Amino acid sequence: MPLLEVADVSKTFPGVRALDGVSFTLEPGQVHALVGENGAGKSTLIKLLTGVYQPDGGELRYRDEAAKFATPMDAQNAGISTIYQEVNLVPLMSVAHNLFLGREPRNAFGLLDEKRMVREASEVLVRYGVTTDVRRPLGTLALGAQQMVALARAVMVDAKVVIMDEPTSSLEPREVETLFGVIHDLHSRGIGIVYVSHRMDELYRICDTVTILRDGKLVHTGKLADLERIKLVSMMLGRDMSAVRKEGFTGFGGGSTGAEDAAPILKVSGLTSRHKLHDIGFAVRPGEVVGLGGLLGAGRSETIKAIGGAYPIDEGTIEVDGQELKKPTTVRAMRAGIAVQPEDRKAEGIVPGLSIRENIALAVLPRNSTLGLVSDRKIDKIVEQYMTRLRIKASGPDQRVGDLSGGNQQKVLLARLLATQPKVLLLDEPTRGIDVGAKAEVQALIDELAADGLGVVLVSSDAEELVEGSDRVVVLRDGAVVGELVGGDVTTEALLETIAAAAVKEERNDNS
Amino acid sequence: MTTAEAAAAPTISMAKIKSWLPAYGVYVAIAFLVIYNILFTPNFLAWSNLRIQLVQVAPVVIVALGMALVIATEGIDLSVGSVMALAAALIPLYLGYGVFAAILISLVAGVVVGLINGTMVARVGLQPIVATLALFVGGRGLALVISGGQLKDIRNDDFIALGSGNLAKLPTPVWIALALVLVVAFIVRFTVFGRRLLAIGDNRPAAELAGVPVKRVLIVVYIACSVLASIAGLLAVARIQSSDASAVGLLIELSAITAVVVGGTPLTGGKIRVLGTVAGALLMQLVVATMIKHNLQPSTTEMVQAVIILVAVYVARERKSR
Repeated sequence: MPLLEVADVSKTFPGVRALDGVSFTLEPGQVHALVGENGAGKSTLIKLLTGVYQPDGGELRYRDEAAKFATPMDAQNAGISTIYQEVNLVPLMSVAHNLFLGREPRNAFGLLDEKRMVREASEVLVRYGVTTDVRRPLGTLALGAQQMVALARAVMVDAKVVIMDEPTSSLEPREVETLFGVIHDLHSRGIGIVYVSHRMDELYRICDTVTILRDGKLVHTGKLADLERIKLVSMMLGRDMSAVRKEGFTGFGGGSTGAEDAAPILKVSGLTSRHKLHDIGFAVRPGEVVGLGGLLGAGRSETIKAIGGAYPIDEGTIEVDGQELKKPTTVRAMRAGIAVQPEDRKAEGIVPGLSIRENIALAVLPRNSTLGLVSDRKIDKIVEQYMTRLRIKASGPDQRVGDLSGGNQQKVLLARLLATQPKVLLLDEPTRGIDVGAKAEVQALIDELAADGLGVVLVSSDAEELVEGSDRVVVLRDGAVVGELVGGDVTTEALLETIAAAAVKEERNDNS
Repeated sequence: MTTAEAAAAPTISMAKIKSWLPAYGVYVAIAFLVIYNILFTPNFLAWSNLRIQLVQVAPVVIVALGMALVIATEGIDLSVGSVMALAAALIPLYLGYGVFAAILISLVAGVVVGLINGTMVARVGLQPIVATLALFVGGRGLALVISGGQLKDIRNDDFIALGSGNLAKLPTPVWIALALVLVVAFIVRFTVFGRRLLAIGDNRPAAELAGVPVKRVLIVVYIACSVLASIAGLLAVARIQSSDASAVGLLIELSAITAVVVGGTPLTGGKIRVLGTVAGALLMQLVVATMIKHNLQPSTTEMVQAVIILVAVYVARERKSR
């Protein structure tokens, strides 16, 4: 008897058929991968399952009864829990309060039983690898730990179905293991899991069944083990299999480019920021892609932001094309030719309410204006040029960026950076949370830009992407450089070894 | 099939109305009130009546323009009424040096207040409501100290002409308000400053990373708002021909915020409707005038205003919810 079943559902938004006659079945204990490019209809399907949207046509059945969830609360009460990419909890409240929000334990007088709550919360969270004081405000925890609290909460509410939307995107490898442990536990308790992720390794490790969507339609559903990786990718993309094989999984071309003896276009030395960065130094030559490797919290994002003038530094020099960047601010860094793509696209990247046009033009307004008056003609030209070059899919330059898919938002952001005609491009997780097709396009673009003579710094927590995309990899740990991979050593194994070796060395230092 | 089509037609028009209402609802409301008044209010279309309405609404429009700029950056400025009082208090002190000098001093006072507000918000990082609350209280206090707490009559004819004169049959303050509306609309639409302002209001960290000089833009926005308020203060003094620091601009911050919100500019920033703001001010003026003409209590008028604000905010919420 299936736990949750949708038959032939459709959902239309003004101008878009988001779901077109899709069927989907979740059995008890199943770990069901839901995959597809952004815009394929995954999010819409999840929102139908959780009561955010109502289907236009088709049927929703839950535990063998026709079901209708008018609100997310209805779905939750029925036993369908969802963990979203962004943590949906109250940052100022304590961890324990968040965990018990809405069903706090009470004492004999009907008052909140704080002691019991704290005790139970600590007990529960240990199983999720969270050992912090549960009386701390949730917001003071690392993002990964917050995600674990969200997961614990989702499971605690007596869920029959747990839907996970990219749960590992902000987790460290150790936390990912904990998550997989929890998923295994849920699976053996007969709870159905819908697992959305862009990471192939994860899918093949933990999922047994897969459903592939493309352009709002069901492409394939069946056992995951029977499906070759390359076949899965080709079905998601609707591409020819031989083409996928030829191009590889990532869109990066092979081979290094940068002239070995050229003068560096970016030179960073002695970069120090209290508690976060310690004496970081590296150089990037024109045409070279230098990866920054390391675990979450190693200081990769801080390094990138510091170079871009958006993170305070106490010491250190930054040179662009031989010119020292003095007292870096975002404005000065940009003027010097540094462009930064921040890690968090929604919070620090796009301006969602403004059009594609305004978003692309934002950084280059002064140079396309006279006496403070913007030249619409010049801006239009730039916008058109980059929309074509980056293949931004939209109804036109006046469409709100907030309404675009993640991949297209990222392209708009890159277009804004490229419009400044930078010498150095600093990319922090350029392909996070975007679909496979856009991912390959962005990766190919990075290659292309490097070939044009830009210096690129790449941060990615996807080891494969980092290794394939970079000519060299500088490995960071705890805000310091602990190693560098060059030439034939730029491999996933070497990267992991360097990170691991650095960890060991650290421990030895602590002991001595 | 026919039933399905019949059912589909109204849903489409409903969706259209929903997206249309926050932007243009205010104009519909104005049209409705105008028609109502033409039909039921004696002498509504008389030139003398229209004149009074326009003269009364002019200072609110001017202050609301500045408020709209600030609100578009996701801010708010409570000190505008106090700035008007400050400008009013300075006028009689400096009229002896000439009309030009007196106006200049009042505008400079506006610049100073705006600089303080802007610095508190942009550099110190205070919440706009708290930062401007300080001068909301302190500004009027200072104005009262400057004026000695006394009402002062203004007898300079050149200055009075600013508030009471006419140009091609329209009162001078109305012309000034109109000119300022055009200036602000132009700035918002065509200048670098105007575009940056919206980006800051919608996503400040993103604007910062895109190389927008966020702090400078914010400070300029607060200065613009205060200078517009001091212009409104000058005109108010010139119109009533006396300077009363305890009464000029009292509660105008509320009228201005109302005009902005009713006009379709969301308090969440990132968007501005200059013409809508003007319409918002006109609508509130019309509501008050209509109720006075039909002998309703001021308390009733206030409650009706409250309902309009709630409706405006409710309608705007629909758009923001996705």
